[in-house]
Amino acid sequence: MLKIENLHLSFGGIKALQGVNFEAREGEITGVIGPNGAGKTSLFNSISGFYTPDQGSVSFEGNDITGLSPDKRAELGLARTFQNIALFRGMTVLDNIKLGGHTRLKTGVWQALRYFGAARREELELRRDIEERVIDFLEIDHIRKYPITMLPYGLQKRVELGRALAMRPKVLLLDEPVAGMNREETADMARFILDVQDEFGTTVLLVEHDMHMVMDICSQIVVLNFGQQIASGTPAEVSRNDAVIEAYLGAAA
Amino acid sequence: MINANLKASYGADERVLDNRYKQGFVYGMIVLLALFTMGANDYAILIASKMGLLLIAVVGINVLTGYTGLVSLGHGAFVAIGAYAVTIFNNVFTGTLPAGIMPFLSVPFAVALAAGIGIVVGLPSLRVKGLYLAVTTLSANFIVIFLIEQEVFAPWTGGMVGLTTNVPNILGWELDTKREMFGLIAVVGLATILMAQNLIRTRVGRAFIAIRDRDYSAEILGISLLRYKLTSFAISAAFCGLSGALFAFFYARILPEQFELNLSLELVAALIIGGMGRTMGPVFGVIIIVMVPEVIKITFGAITGDAAGMAQLRAPLQEIAFGLLLVVFLLKEPLGINQITDRLLRAANRWPFARG
Repeated sequence: MLKIENLHLSFGGIKALQGVNFEAREGEITGVIGPNGAGKTSLFNSISGFYTPDQGSVSFEGNDITGLSPDKRAELGLARTFQNIALFRGMTVLDNIKLGGHTRLKTGVWQALRYFGAARREELELRRDIEERVIDFLEIDHIRKYPITMLPYGLQKRVELGRALAMRPKVLLLDEPVAGMNREETADMARFILDVQDEFGTTVLLVEHDMHMVMDICSQIVVLNFGQQIASGTPAEVSRNDAVIEAYLGAAA
Repeated sequence: MINANLKASYGADERVLDNRYKQGFVYGMIVLLALFTMGANDYAILIASKMGLLLIAVVGINVLTGYTGLVSLGHGAFVAIGAYAVTIFNNVFTGTLPAGIMPFLSVPFAVALAAGIGIVVGLPSLRVKGLYLAVTTLSANFIVIFLIEQEVFAPWTGGMVGLTTNVPNILGWELDTKREMFGLIAVVGLATILMAQNLIRTRVGRAFIAIRDRDYSAEILGISLLRYKLTSFAISAAFCGLSGALFAFFYARILPEQFELNLSLELVAALIIGGMGRTMGPVFGVIIIVMVPEVIKITFGAITGDAAGMAQLRAPLQEIAFGLLLVVFLLKEPLGINQITDRLLRAANRWPFARG
């Protein structure tokens, strides 16, 4: 579904990524882990189009998308969330989620200025869709009219997931979806991610430091350290891998 | 307490005037406006027309600065383009086109020209943001006024001495009084507010706000920054052009100096005072920005009793009061008058249970 081949990325002398290779398989949850500074977010930024890799390619459903801009990748069905929540703070929850539907809608400027007619029909259709598919699903009906700034952190994360879901993505990139959450919120989020995979068949790629969650919900794990891919495989394989243990805990004396 | 907020359909929930109080307020205001047009004296009509003309342009600025977050200090240029384009179009085609349909061609021409030039002026916004963009748009204002004043174009633009404008003729109805013109301005003004409101409750306007709030996040949702930033520039320039066209209809003569930096700054100031990124912001803003100098003029006149020496002080005093007003606003109410009305509405909504 989403294939990363021999990806290299550097900023001046810093080699952020050095030959990353893996495939996020359709309908599965793939985890990317690694110590701080391992290149996880650089990898995500390369996949979503903010960074152009020096070498290697990103392909989506068999097509090379390495040269596309972020908005074009979004149109193809690639959605993501950010580590430090990137919601639109001046808007309500509902408007934020509606923005997820942007690429599916067709209203042009003329229709928008008039509103009545095509634009209104499309808006109501969108509203129904996100109410039923996103707001109900993520259990955020009570806060739909709230401005983002009024919400606690955990709910903001959930709204950001909602915005990504409103895009009806084929691949969902989650950058640390449970960072800074307590155990209960983490469990909720993990449940939602599993529900998304189950209900919509979405392919999920996630970066996370919470090892319990990664080991529990991922079917495949890729481990990065200093930009290099040191291991990949099932949670059980990865957790027994010597290189991984060394990267996380240091070598045994 | 504001009740009757229960909705039974998404359609009802998506309405702008979603309760009876808002409907009552807006429809009541429209009725008052109609009565005002018929009954007010000439002076009041003149002041209100000034507001209306400014309002249409400020609604445009609001789309760009308030919703898309791109600051422009050069939108006076688009008002100039609108005013000149409509007058030149009229002068060129008088005789070849029937007078009654002229406004239906000249105004769209002026608006489209302003929008087109707006796109060109907006090109730097793809590279620069904030203050840097403000400076690049500033140059647009200077360039446009400079070109209008050039002798080469004087046969069309009139150069430094300006142009005599035409009385608009709508299907045989000549709007030769200020009162009739105000009627037209009021209708167009209401229409622009409605259009801006429609814009922000649909896909295009949401994309603008997304760009304002967090541009990289907008991109990730499939919003092309190139396309929407330029669209925003085009729409705001079009509204300013429309304001300019009506400006030319309203006044007997247009001069290049009327559209200089002063006007651009006034537009932005009105928006900041009223409330950026809010539908009613431009309305509150222009009321303040037009009324305050008038009020100062009247009170000052009453105090000094029209002494000849004091009249000289009046103009600088107006400027000082104006500047102070802006400073106080930026300090006390950074979100403008709209924030005050929001607070009052919230208090009314909670009354009698809680304050705040």
